[in-house]
Amino acid sequence: MSVSAPDIPAKTKRGFRLDLKTVGPLLALALLVLLGISLNENFLSYNNLTNVLARSSFIGIIAIGATFVITAGGLDLSVGSMAAVIAGVMIMVMNWLIPSMGIGWGVVIAGMATGILLGGVAGVFNGTMITRGRIEAFIVTLGTMGIFRSLVTFLADGGTLSLNFQVADVYRPVYYAGVLGVPWPIIVFALVAIGGEVVMRYTAFGRYCAAIGSNEQVARYSSINVDNVRLLTYILQGILVGVAVLLYVPRLGSASSTTGVLWELEAIAGVIIGGTTLKGGYGRIWGTVVGVVILGLIGNILNLQSLISPYLNGAFQGVIIILAVLLQRGRRT
Amino acid sequence: MKLVKSLMASAVIAGSLTGAVVAQDKVTIGVSVPAADHGWTGGVNYFAQEAIERLGTTYPNVEFVFASAPDAPKQIADIEDMVSTRGIDALVILPGDPDAMTSAIKQVKDAGKFVTVVDRQLSIDGVENLYVAGDNPGLGANSAEYFKQALPEGGNIVILRGLPIPIDAQRFDAFVAGIEGSNITVLDDEFANWNRDDGFKVMQDFLTRFPDIKGVWAQDDDIALGAIEAIKQAGRENDMFIVGGAGMQQILQAVADGSALTPVDVSYSPAMIATAIELTTSHFTGGIQVAGRYILDSTLITKDNAAEYLDPNSPF
Repeated sequence: MSVSAPDIPAKTKRGFRLDLKTVGPLLALALLVLLGISLNENFLSYNNLTNVLARSSFIGIIAIGATFVITAGGLDLSVGSMAAVIAGVMIMVMNWLIPSMGIGWGVVIAGMATGILLGGVAGVFNGTMITRGRIEAFIVTLGTMGIFRSLVTFLADGGTLSLNFQVADVYRPVYYAGVLGVPWPIIVFALVAIGGEVVMRYTAFGRYCAAIGSNEQVARYSSINVDNVRLLTYILQGILVGVAVLLYVPRLGSASSTTGVLWELEAIAGVIIGGTTLKGGYGRIWGTVVGVVILGLIGNILNLQSLISPYLNGAFQGVIIILAVLLQRGRRT
Repeated sequence: MKLVKSLMASAVIAGSLTGAVVAQDKVTIGVSVPAADHGWTGGVNYFAQEAIERLGTTYPNVEFVFASAPDAPKQIADIEDMVSTRGIDALVILPGDPDAMTSAIKQVKDAGKFVTVVDRQLSIDGVENLYVAGDNPGLGANSAEYFKQALPEGGNIVILRGLPIPIDAQRFDAFVAGIEGSNITVLDDEFANWNRDDGFKVMQDFLTRFPDIKGVWAQDDDIALGAIEAIKQAGRENDMFIVGGAGMQQILQAVADGSALTPVDVSYSPAMIATAIELTTSHFTGGIQVAGRYILDSTLITKDNAAEYLDPNSPF
């Protein structure tokens, strides 16, 4: 990554023309909020909003990593299983350290470090197989998805790994407490989102991702180290999965083979709803944040009403997702 | 007197001799279960392997073939292999998806094997020799009885359901029928997919939506554990109680300790697979008549009888 950023004329003309592609996700979000308000008076309550945002934060943080991977023309299907195995190993490490370190923040911090490290290692593995092994990202991450899922089932002996009760009490505030009434998961999600937006828009790395995703050959001729940039997106993805798990473990203090099932699809859906193109070349972090919040709100609204039969929840979800993307593509006729 | 004694002795010897004759035949029993994809199936895998190990030691002439499959096609392939390459005499199967597997299981039966089906009913009757299952309508009905007893004046409750499959519908319908005529009002029911994370989410939203909830029927202990965290987060653990189901150790311990939040549980033990393996084995080793239907009660577990169900070795 020693190559400096090519000078791209960043200033493009900005009019006040309402661009659906830009406001599409926001419009969908606004409509969903209006629907929520009309269905239940508690929808806008502080408790409900913090509940939904805190719940969405795991997928959100993972989806920000996925935005980079997808923008650079890649795909990572392993994130859900990776989250499960990281959660499992973190819990085992913390339980194992209790006799030597005692109950306290020391154990929790060691557990957190393990989580981030494991995420990074898993990312290095995925990225290396894809860039150095020259295997399709879909195949590599489909493979690791199965490997990680089996590993957590094996580690848990088919059951559930539970964190020691006293350590869980120490760790609990990381999900449930916060600063000035804003729970930690929301704060971390916001910080990761702001960081991601800055990296995507204002750094060479972000521009390289877009360049590789839109045309790999041209990017290579422009002396971008395509393999290294790609590898970095997978490592970033792994680390962010680790961060998400740090916030997930204190919620229930347990991990099992059902942890993180289908998170990869939710993350990818959030990314695409937000306006990033699935085939790569264009990524938008704030859009991903909006996309993930939309997904979170759909689940929330379904639980706050009894008009729609629970058998049709999936259909409602599907309609909203398609509508949200349709709103952005409306102009292209 | 002497005559009687010698008669008895010869009877015993004769008995043990015939026993030995039966025992010398080599018997192979195939056991096929779904992969441990959630807590309950994890328990199934554990109890199946434990029973196999125990019975394999007791009856050296009985050989077991164990397979655990993540989906229906793999499970079908497993049982086909068991018949063609392992030469099984009997099959004990907990079909992951009974409808998809009925015809494959029927082929095993048609090949002259003894077939034991566990927990999930096949789509046509009369395929299996022995059917061992928990009582799903009973689980709903017993839970409903407890709700009526705990809320004699009536009150508002919410229901967290499993997945939209027949087992869930049987439990739900029996519960709703059970509380009929009482003053208990079901505010709403939502699927929580037999999963802790979904139990947490659905319960959080129910708590947002309804200011007055007296009881929660989660009908599963994994869902209950997630819901409990949501109730604690909202600080409403003194306003309501929650009834799960299946008999997970963590919940049973709370019941035994007299928790007000989880006063009871209803059994639906994954150990039913061990019952099935045991019965099937005794059909071959003891020549005992076992064909038929064996339904294990879904008993209400309270503070008084929780100790009977506690098993420190169980992973579930």
